[in-house]
Amino acid sequence: MLEKDVPQEGNATLGGHRKAVYAVGADGKLRPVASRGWEAEEIVTRQAVEDLERRAADARRRALAGEASPLEYHMYRARMDLALLSQTTGLWRWRIRRHFRPRVFSSLSKEIRQRYAEALGITPQGLDEVDA
Amino acid sequence: MASLVRHHGLALSEPMAFGLAAALSFAYLPFIRVGGLPLIAYRMPPRFIIRGLHASLGLGMRFEKFRSPAHGTARLDELLDAGRLVGLQTSVFWLPYFPPDLRFHFNAHNLLVYGREGDEYLISDPVGETAVRCPRKDLEKARFAKGVLAPKGLLYYATREPAAPDWARLGKRALTRTARIMLYTPLPLIGVRGIEMLSSQVNKLAVDERAKLYIGNIVRMQEEIGTGGGGFRFLYASFLQELGAKTGYRALDALAARLVEIGDRWREFALAAARMIRGREPLAPPLLAKQLRAIAAEERSFFKSLDAARKAWAC
Repeated sequence: MLEKDVPQEGNATLGGHRKAVYAVGADGKLRPVASRGWEAEEIVTRQAVEDLERRAADARRRALAGEASPLEYHMYRARMDLALLSQTTGLWRWRIRRHFRPRVFSSLSKEIRQRYAEALGITPQGLDEVDA
Repeated sequence: MASLVRHHGLALSEPMAFGLAAALSFAYLPFIRVGGLPLIAYRMPPRFIIRGLHASLGLGMRFEKFRSPAHGTARLDELLDAGRLVGLQTSVFWLPYFPPDLRFHFNAHNLLVYGREGDEYLISDPVGETAVRCPRKDLEKARFAKGVLAPKGLLYYATREPAAPDWARLGKRALTRTARIMLYTPLPLIGVRGIEMLSSQVNKLAVDERAKLYIGNIVRMQEEIGTGGGGFRFLYASFLQELGAKTGYRALDALAARLVEIGDRWREFALAAARMIRGREPLAPPLLAKQLRAIAAEERSFFKSLDAARKAWAC
């Protein structure tokens, strides 16, 4: 990649930061060049973010309809999946899936709620809320 | 790592640190899932890189892991108070200064802590152009995040001032290692064969949403996590140029130029994939697979030349 070809299109997912890419200057030497971002990267990053946002939105809808507990919503909001939530809480997947059921979730012990809250980076009270 | 080494008195650029540590590689690891998708790595794991430099530069690196966040933080504070620069392995998700869209549960991130002010740590992070600050609680959470490749509070620091190294000797050894990793690793998931394996996997993808996520994941591993672009290939090309300049072994210049071309091929692949994901081109996994196969062939040829060049290097 030549220095003049380093993308400066802008990548919103960089949050205003610039990235360093190595490119060939006029003298034929490679050096780090600040890049405002590349559309291709923005596309794939947004894809991952949007996929999780979609899952969270769907889980939120089901939680509000009483079909699922807020736990599933919080899991996606924390950009986790079942495997990761299981690893971080130390709870088996089948148990977590049970906790996706509203009735089971509402009778969870304080200790388990604390574990979830800790893993998800929210307060135990926050577990019950399904904000926008 | 380059900053760490520079702090201890040896002028070492990022490309040199990367290259000398024989960090360039490729791995397709379907059994390690990050967000349900296979891990694709374009470099060796951070531990390998750090150990590589420790061995070749005589840095006397110490590695420490901790069972409790409290111990981990106490030790970090102790080392900082003693004036040391400390490297940390952390999760990316819990770092508050990371751009929100880039905060995923990726645990093999490395940063450098160079000080502490009150409740905040002063950090040099590859993602930022300038130094950043991070509150104690957040850093602790990032250091002790669980999941795949969990950091367990890993910290590392150098205890010796590196002596001015014999660049040629170290360079030759590093080239040997990298060629071996890319060409002769007995596992088909690693190196050039790994790229070929990934190519066949991509070829088999159905034309659906899952395929788009699969492909997007590859590009993210290549460009987002990779420093310098092109899955670290540009960074390594820079290393070859610098090594050639330092040692006078000019054969490395032509190799650097070839590797830049290969980096461009990777970026073309990323661009093609992104276009398909966005729907600007029809999703056609076999076309992407073909590009990957071509890249694999070019890399095989390149690393064979690299191997030949280092064999011919009289030093």
